[in-house]
Amino acid sequence: MTAIAPGTLPKSSPRGSAARARLLRGLLPALSLALVLMAIAWLNPRAISYFGFNLMLNLAIPIALATIAQMFVIAGNELDLSIGTFVGFVGCVTATWLRDAPLIGIVVLLGSIGVYALLGALIHLRNLPSIVVTLGMSFVWQGLAILVLPKPGGKAPDWLLSIMSFKPPYIPFPILAALIIAAVVHFGLMRTSYGVILRGSGGNAAALRRAGWSLLKTKIMLFALTGLFGVLSGMALIGITTSADANIGNGYTLLSIAGVILGGGEFVGGRVSPIGAVLGALTLALAASPLLTFMHIPSDWQVAANGAILIIVLAARVLISRRER
Amino acid sequence: MTSVRTLLEKPWIWSFVGALVVWLATVAFTGGYGAGGMVTAALSLAVFTVIVGVGQMFVITLGPGNVDLSLPANIGLASAVAMKVMGGSDSMIVVGLLAALACGAAIGAINYLLIWALRIPPIIATLSASFIIQSVDISYGRGLQIKPPPGFADFTNWQVLGIPVLAMLTVLFTIGAALALQRMIFGRSVLAIGQNIRAAWLAGVHVGRIRFLTYTLCGALGGIDGALLAGYFRGANVDIGNEYLLASIAVVVIGGTSVAGGKANVPGVWGAGLFLVLLLTMLNTFGVSAGVRLVLTGLIIVGVITAAGGEKAAR
Repeated sequence: MTAIAPGTLPKSSPRGSAARARLLRGLLPALSLALVLMAIAWLNPRAISYFGFNLMLNLAIPIALATIAQMFVIAGNELDLSIGTFVGFVGCVTATWLRDAPLIGIVVLLGSIGVYALLGALIHLRNLPSIVVTLGMSFVWQGLAILVLPKPGGKAPDWLLSIMSFKPPYIPFPILAALIIAAVVHFGLMRTSYGVILRGSGGNAAALRRAGWSLLKTKIMLFALTGLFGVLSGMALIGITTSADANIGNGYTLLSIAGVILGGGEFVGGRVSPIGAVLGALTLALAASPLLTFMHIPSDWQVAANGAILIIVLAARVLISRRER
Repeated sequence: MTSVRTLLEKPWIWSFVGALVVWLATVAFTGGYGAGGMVTAALSLAVFTVIVGVGQMFVITLGPGNVDLSLPANIGLASAVAMKVMGGSDSMIVVGLLAALACGAAIGAINYLLIWALRIPPIIATLSASFIIQSVDISYGRGLQIKPPPGFADFTNWQVLGIPVLAMLTVLFTIGAALALQRMIFGRSVLAIGQNIRAAWLAGVHVGRIRFLTYTLCGALGGIDGALLAGYFRGANVDIGNEYLLASIAVVVIGGTSVAGGKANVPGVWGAGLFLVLLLTMLNTFGVSAGVRLVLTGLIIVGVITAAGGEKAAR
């Protein structure tokens, strides 16, 4: 997104209007978040406080991390339908082995990132549809989660609990964490040269191959990064909920895809935005439950709110894109 | 010999071979006990996968990125609609089935409307739609404990000589689907769009209309499947369709339909449906735990797809 200030070009020129549309499009994730925040502030002013944000954005950190994980595969024109059950699996390992036998826990978690890397290689080498492979893997992770933790329970390691209950001055922890996640990933993917290569593998794979880059390596890298952020998401989730359940992450698959798209990511062409993805995740986290609670809408409609937001934002994007032409 | 060779060249034969191998392994384990009953049970359960599988097959054949992720939510809602309309009385069975069909078709139409109006990839459109459908279902079907009419429940479980009548009807339906695919303008158009959407458009195929019809058809099949499932399992349930997301996509791919679109295979859907059901039966017979069963199911699906291999990228 090139940020051209709206005033720099004459109003009547078509190029100026296109630039404004592009700017508006880039700001759309932030605008939707602001809109949801304004609605919450209007319905319940007391929620806009240090304590209120800590409470409302309770689960935003794991959702943001899962969304970033999904963003990496989407950058490579793939889709991960197993991220939810993977987060659940990581959660179960975190609440059991990582506490009781940290060494085994770390090895298992690193190994699971390795499995993700292998999946990337398999999908590239055999030219497989990632939807089907990851859908199959979602069963594998779910099964493993049940084997690790047959009944809900376990307990998060103490160090993880203390990290997740950290209370920085002035800025609520979830917001601070979101800022850090967005900044780190933005720098890595958007500002480094290898980040450009990674996005390029989704944008124009043929050009990248002719330039001598290994598409196998970029695919492995993207999937490994997805695995890494999936692990972080699962650990953060357990740090908040303190105990695990094999089904704890199931909703994250759809949430993470929605978050990426909401954040301005596109399905093909390697067009993703880490900052947008984090904003999208925050919007979904806020809109799903606190907003509905304040509006006295039964929790039955939580999922529908996610769908509706997705549709409204996409519709807004179409309207803006039409002006861009 | 030549006939055997031509048979082996059919992409769908492998799914049937897989189903047969799994069945033989199970029968060998039980020492021949329950071999026939297993086939009957597999047929009656595979029916539900085949019906949605055929719908998903038409959608996937439209080309890369086309997939209907709203099927589980669709099946769940339609099962509730069917049970509520039937209200447990035999006289309302047909009306209930039509209501489920209409509900599913409406969902399919809305899916395409989103794809068309918002110009978004079908995955995202059907995903957003499924969020909303799911909530409608949770809200509408809350505490719904209406049993299916006895006549309908009996019909879904009706067997003649060990063969479920529903399976026979589904075979007829799949023959119809195969004819529609290979011999009718609709099916040929779907294949043409999947091979090259621009070429199809230039050749005068009504691309928009065909895609609309395909999504509506897939939705309608999901709806009828929901009603039948509610009859078979004696009641509607929000989660009744959950397993059909993976199953519907898996049977299409295992059955030899190209994920890149433009190449569909109806018999393979049956083979793959039977394979999946028999696989579950086998793992249950071996007495493995739920966790191991899930892991093995997932690994076998990934393995089968790896073995079948993807299409070579179009030049």
